[in-house]
Amino acid sequence: MSVTVQREAFDPTQEYQCLLAACPGAALVTFTGYVRDIDEQADVAALELEHYPGMTERVLADIGAQAEQQFGLQAWRIVHRYGRLAVSDPIVWVGTLAPHRGAAFDGCHFMMDALKTDAPFWKKTYRPDGSSDWVSAKSEDDLQRQRWRDTRT
Amino acid sequence: MDAANGVTVKFFSLLREALDCEERIVALTPDITTVEALRQQLIAEGGTVWEETLTQPRLLIAVNQVVVASEHGLALGDEVAFFPPMTGG
Repeated sequence: MSVTVQREAFDPTQEYQCLLAACPGAALVTFTGYVRDIDEQADVAALELEHYPGMTERVLADIGAQAEQQFGLQAWRIVHRYGRLAVSDPIVWVGTLAPHRGAAFDGCHFMMDALKTDAPFWKKTYRPDGSSDWVSAKSEDDLQRQRWRDTRT
Repeated sequence: MDAANGVTVKFFSLLREALDCEERIVALTPDITTVEALRQQLIAEGGTVWEETLTQPRLLIAVNQVVVASEHGLALGDEVAFFPPMTGG
């Protein structure tokens, strides 16, 4: 049960091994998000991620604790980067361990959907010509998030 | 101005850039009892750019690192943050 918010690159394979070592033999689901090379408008050269130190860690820990309780997870971990990232760099990694696959899948899916709309990160895209824009929040992300709220009631 | 006699106000992402301000301390006068009153005070002091920036429709506000509604009350020493919807992950 841990959260790491870091500027440095991380290795998804190493994260996988560490989480598996915590509870071998159960169902393990992981998600890795990478910097894409193109968005809705144009080619992407790099990404800058700003965050709200303190609140970020608190929100991610709350999301993990909620997933643990709601889906009966045995272990979970969230890693998220901030600062300057290159195309194809891993941005985010979420891993969930549960007694069965359904809980591990749902827990991981919920954590990613909640993280997208609730964790205070903001992406800025840099273009090959040096220009940049802040990424707008997507309404699909709000809908995905809402789906979990509807499921709970 | 000491943070203990007022509130610390932080701005993130495009708000930080538009206002050219990362953080400032605002004195809590008797009429600034809510986040909305604080927003009006910042607009009154700051002028047009602050008004345009702090009245945009999808603005989020956190008090002590928890997202709140604009009628949320304020106390001495609170940390208030204004930011656009999150785009992490």
